[in-house]
Amino acid sequence: MAIDVRSCATMAEAAGILSGDRSARLLGGGTIVMRDVNEGRLTEGVIIRIADPAFRQIAASGSRVELGAGVTMAMVLASRDLAFLHAPARAIGGPAVRSMASIGGNLFAQTPYGDFAVALLALDAQVTVQSGYGGARSLGIEEFLAARDRGGQGGGQGDGHGNALGLVTSVSLQRPASAEAFRFRKVSRVKPKGVSVMCIAAHLPGGARITNARVAYGAMAPTPIRARGVERALEGKALDAASIAAAQLAAGEGVQPATDAIASAWYRREVLPVHLGRLLMNEAG
Amino acid sequence: MARKTPIQFRLNGADRAAFVDAADTLLNTLRRSLGDFAPKYGCGQGACGVCTVLIDGEPHLSCLTLAVATEGRSVETASGLADGPALHPLQAAFMEHFAAQCGFCTPGMLMAAKALLDHNPSPTRQDVVEAIAGNICRCTGYEPIINAILDAALKRGSRRA
Repeated sequence: MAIDVRSCATMAEAAGILSGDRSARLLGGGTIVMRDVNEGRLTEGVIIRIADPAFRQIAASGSRVELGAGVTMAMVLASRDLAFLHAPARAIGGPAVRSMASIGGNLFAQTPYGDFAVALLALDAQVTVQSGYGGARSLGIEEFLAARDRGGQGGGQGDGHGNALGLVTSVSLQRPASAEAFRFRKVSRVKPKGVSVMCIAAHLPGGARITNARVAYGAMAPTPIRARGVERALEGKALDAASIAAAQLAAGEGVQPATDAIASAWYRREVLPVHLGRLLMNEAG
Repeated sequence: MARKTPIQFRLNGADRAAFVDAADTLLNTLRRSLGDFAPKYGCGQGACGVCTVLIDGEPHLSCLTLAVATEGRSVETASGLADGPALHPLQAAFMEHFAAQCGFCTPGMLMAAKALLDHNPSPTRQDVVEAIAGNICRCTGYEPIINAILDAALKRGSRRA
């Protein structure tokens, strides 16, 4: 047996193959699937490529932004309309990785990778998934990540875009109310680029009093998670020393960080309040 | 026997063709089928940047790129930088600044640097650091590399002026 590569003209065709062949893997940018090929984890089955232009389309002129799952980090960085997403896009690898790595793939990146998905979680994105040749459906990113976590890394998952749920075709989100309302911070030991010790994204709309605060962590659990304790601590408050101190106290609620080559679980827990505080105070560095 | 797929693309300005297996990487095709040994195999994971090439002018990791995905596209490697015996300004600057120690990272560094200077002829030091952020030098000779890229930009700029 060898690997076969199928090029699909439409997303529906790719979704059909993914639903019918559990060994099929979708190739987005290649940074996940090709790694598996190089390391001998993927030696047979079908790799699917999508030529459909809609897969790499950006619609960002209005208040609601829609990004095809095949849109790369470099494409995000090249779009002035997506300036609010430039910090998380720039956090992904070096320029060569950013030319390849896709938004859809990032949704499937295993911790401690997947920094862009953390930003999408804080921005309450909707993930559009197509199952087989049927219609597409949209689900909240939190639900999507929970389903991904349950699904593990079994057949049909891709670079990812495709899993037991179907093929991820696009992601949509509401533009943040202001540039100040959305913040993103990646913490790594190697400068300027390294794998995440953690990353934190916060959407804090509301001006003088924060309403509908949404804070998300990466590398603090098996998938990106919401920091619900922090959200509660900030809700209805002004962003001042008292509310930030309360948020820091609640920072560790619900986290289950791993020990890996980058950091120990203990270290991640210990430094989390420090970096959360810096994010909320909007400190550089 | 696995079926081979014919592909054609431009490599350093020349039309080239090869028969590849469906899952062959661009890196393997360049090295094994086309005899271009400038891009190297390092980590195979997208972490080291030693296989960096330009595809349609943008930096890509050839070890994570399917060869069949380059059909009809333009690929540039460090082998195409020199014009006969005349070194590319980046190569000359690397030599002048002793920016290559063991030399294994150099082809990737050169292509990452070329991508930067093609888009931004007057980069700041921080721009250079960002541009080579995906390229690892295990001899840890980053300072001479950064200085060489800045010097090449300066010399290219003075030639244009």
